[in-house]
Amino acid sequence: MSIHLSVALTDAGWHPAAWRHLPDRAAPFGPRYWVALAAEAERGTLDFVTIEDSPSLQSDRLDGPDGRTDRFRGRLDASLIAALVAPHTTRLGLVPTISGTHTEPFHVATATATLDHVSSGRAGWRPQVAPRRTDADHYGRRDVPELRADGLRDGTYAGHVTDLFTELGDVVEVVRRLWDSWQDDAVIRDVATGRYLDRDRLHYVDFTGRWFAVQGPSITPRPPQGQPPVVALAHATVPYRFAAEHADVVLVTPRDADHAAELVAQVRSVEPKRETPLAIHADALVFVGDDAAERRHRLDDADGAETSSDAAILSGTPEHLADTLADWYAAGIAGFRLRPAVLPHDLTGITRGLVPELRARGLFRRAYEADTLRGLLGLPRPANRYQRRTA
Amino acid sequence: MTRQIILGAHFPGVNNTTVWSDPAAGSQIDFASFVHLARTAERGRFDFFFLAEGLRLREQRGRIHDLDVAGRPETFTVLAALAAVTEHLGLAGTLTATYNEPYEVARKLATLDHLSGGRAAWNVVTSPDAFTGANFRRGGYLDPALRYERAREFVAAARALWDSWPADPFDTSDFLRTPDAGRYAVRSTHFDIAGQFTVPRSPQHHPVVLQAGDSDGGRDLAASTADGIFSRHGEYDDAAAFAADLTSRLARYGRSRDELKILPGVSVVLADTDAEAQEKAHLIRRAQVSPQTAILLLEQVWNTDLSQYDPDGPLPAEDPDDTAPSIIQGRTRQRDDRVATARRWRDLAEARGLSIRDLIIEVTGRQAFVGTPDRVATEMIRYVEDRATDGFILVPHLTPTGLDEFVDTVVPLLQERGALRTEYEPGTLRDRLGLPPVPADRRGAA
Ligand SMILES: Cc1cc2nc3c(=O)[nH]c(=O)nc-3n(C[C@H](O)[C@H](O)[C@H](O)COP(=O)(O)O)c2cc1C
Repeated sequence: MSIHLSVALTDAGWHPAAWRHLPDRAAPFGPRYWVALAAEAERGTLDFVTIEDSPSLQSDRLDGPDGRTDRFRGRLDASLIAALVAPHTTRLGLVPTISGTHTEPFHVATATATLDHVSSGRAGWRPQVAPRRTDADHYGRRDVPELRADGLRDGTYAGHVTDLFTELGDVVEVVRRLWDSWQDDAVIRDVATGRYLDRDRLHYVDFTGRWFAVQGPSITPRPPQGQPPVVALAHATVPYRFAAEHADVVLVTPRDADHAAELVAQVRSVEPKRETPLAIHADALVFVGDDAAERRHRLDDADGAETSSDAAILSGTPEHLADTLADWYAAGIAGFRLRPAVLPHDLTGITRGLVPELRARGLFRRAYEADTLRGLLGLPRPANRYQRRTA
Repeated sequence: MTRQIILGAHFPGVNNTTVWSDPAAGSQIDFASFVHLARTAERGRFDFFFLAEGLRLREQRGRIHDLDVAGRPETFTVLAALAAVTEHLGLAGTLTATYNEPYEVARKLATLDHLSGGRAAWNVVTSPDAFTGANFRRGGYLDPALRYERAREFVAAARALWDSWPADPFDTSDFLRTPDAGRYAVRSTHFDIAGQFTVPRSPQHHPVVLQAGDSDGGRDLAASTADGIFSRHGEYDDAAAFAADLTSRLARYGRSRDELKILPGVSVVLADTDAEAQEKAHLIRRAQVSPQTAILLLEQVWNTDLSQYDPDGPLPAEDPDDTAPSIIQGRTRQRDDRVATARRWRDLAEARGLSIRDLIIEVTGRQAFVGTPDRVATEMIRYVEDRATDGFILVPHLTPTGLDEFVDTVVPLLQERGALRTEYEPGTLRDRLGLPPVPADRRGAA
């Protein structure tokens, strides 16, 4: 039995002072940086990497620019980073973050399907909401209230948040339908009748919801995996529901093993009956190595604040981290998405320290055993929802 | 010195130009096909690889069109993946200004430009039909008069976003030199957007912008702001007239002929003798116009069901119904005067004794360059020396090997005659195309 292990890639790493270790500040805006990170992840036989994204510039404020110049700012489009990395890798799953809030579901469907084609079945998608007014202002098509911390606490945005996730659910539904809108055998190349396509194997998706309507079919043939895995980060009941209804993998943020067990129970309690149960993975920010504690202090000093995160912060030797992961695994967590504090340092700590340690304990694969992301995650290739089942 | 020919490699499109019935025809969607064509183009020292776009499967008589190659990738994703397997080749993608938003398009193009080291290009098109809109949030229909207004404002907004980061944003002690990096605001008829753009200035500063519309609106958009125009005018006289038209339009916008590269889409057929090449061209035309396709193309003019007609028989005797709504959807080109076209075709068929299929082969899309490699190279150089065009976007009929022969036989001749580079010059796509650099500070520019 193998735990699932993935890494969350973002600019210079998850610690706000990580950029101080970059050899060149522009490195995360060029191709070589990402190719090297993905190659390292693949060396560690990880299941997948996610790539963070957001339509707006990073900010320490909930909404609006923070005016800071001492933190990493700027990012490239994550789905294109994933596409660039695809030909440089052969087994690693590639899971870009793509917002579903202001974007066109049709473009999201064709982009993710194309990522699956160019990677021969290794694409995934982490759908995300873009809740802020600063996000909406890049599109200029919707009025959104400015988010404020006090409003978050007193429930002012409850309706806004529910709407965002309901809309995101519609987006995932449409994308999934579009992925299936071409049957695998739609291209027939029948010279006798002059037909390239069998039009009966193409399907209108005919989705009409509160926010949009999409007719289909897709312009892109069904992706090799049929349905690339959908991975959703979730911290509360509304997103748990979204994940349980629409995702293949949910990323939760437990504080410790007991909390992990609680979160697993919470997620299961909102999970509808599904063909394949939702996989529950946990996020954690990690400092890996013998000097992990010391490095963390130094980084905090450079940043002038203690490390904080929505996820647990784990720092320690590979043995120590492996103990924690094993505990959480016993509590019902099937996999982990680790957020390296500093890139590539803590990624290498994972692939060259933690991974061998987990392998030694028989907890992690020694070599890739599948060549699609669904395969790595133990998900079967799904039947097409539009294919008439012949008895 | 011989003028340099600009060459683009068009990935075979989803129309009857692309022959799928040939045993050599490969996959239209496997990444390997894109890699083959892109690497062939790079081996031939082409300037760029080119992808068309269509955001809805075509339909005829209310049913999905099933005779032509169909299915395409999302443009940016496949270009970003191609950036990984090529080194110098420009990567040009077609994207409509109608069913996209400037923030996203500018962000994706700037990203592609970074990831490819300055090789990104964008062919701006407009798609006004509600048929395509049914796949999008925006949906509906954009009045034809408004589509170029939106496109013009769209390109201006993208340029504002590309200008939003300073040339040298990074500090020596802090991360950024200024908290205002990326700040922009665009207010125009179609857009009201503001904030901070996330992508630092890319190697080309502004990716290369092409335009493909052929109406006055399209030509004016190209003349006012584009770096190149993808045209349908591939016959010499037609190309020369088109170039003259654009030269005068450019002058109206205070721009010179050198600032806009004119690039018609053309097909090439090669053989050891001119006669063999003509024969081969005819066989390709027959493969492009199958019996079923002949009827279908005829239906587009007659605008009615002609499925009972024999493709090897004569044309319909009656005139088209010009009042009925068009039976075809999702195709950009519409024939304007159906009755006149039908009469012209019937007269031609009668005069020359042509069947429906022969007629369609005769009147639709013939190859621009047919002959020996020497003849084709000579002809191409003549166009460019005369400035009828600045080069060509080659449209092969076979996926993915359709440019192999051109690269093996014509490219060496173009190189020998000094019309094509033998090695890539350093620099970005913009540099290689001989385009003026984007002014470092465009603040206040339109
Ligand atoms: C050579 C050429 C190639 C074109 N390629 C595309 C394309 O790939 N996708 C698309 O949506 N429109 C394409 N178009 C359509 C135009 O950009 C434009 O939307 C259409 O021609 C209608 O505008 P017009 O009346 O200005 O010609 C192309 C046009 C030309 C002339």
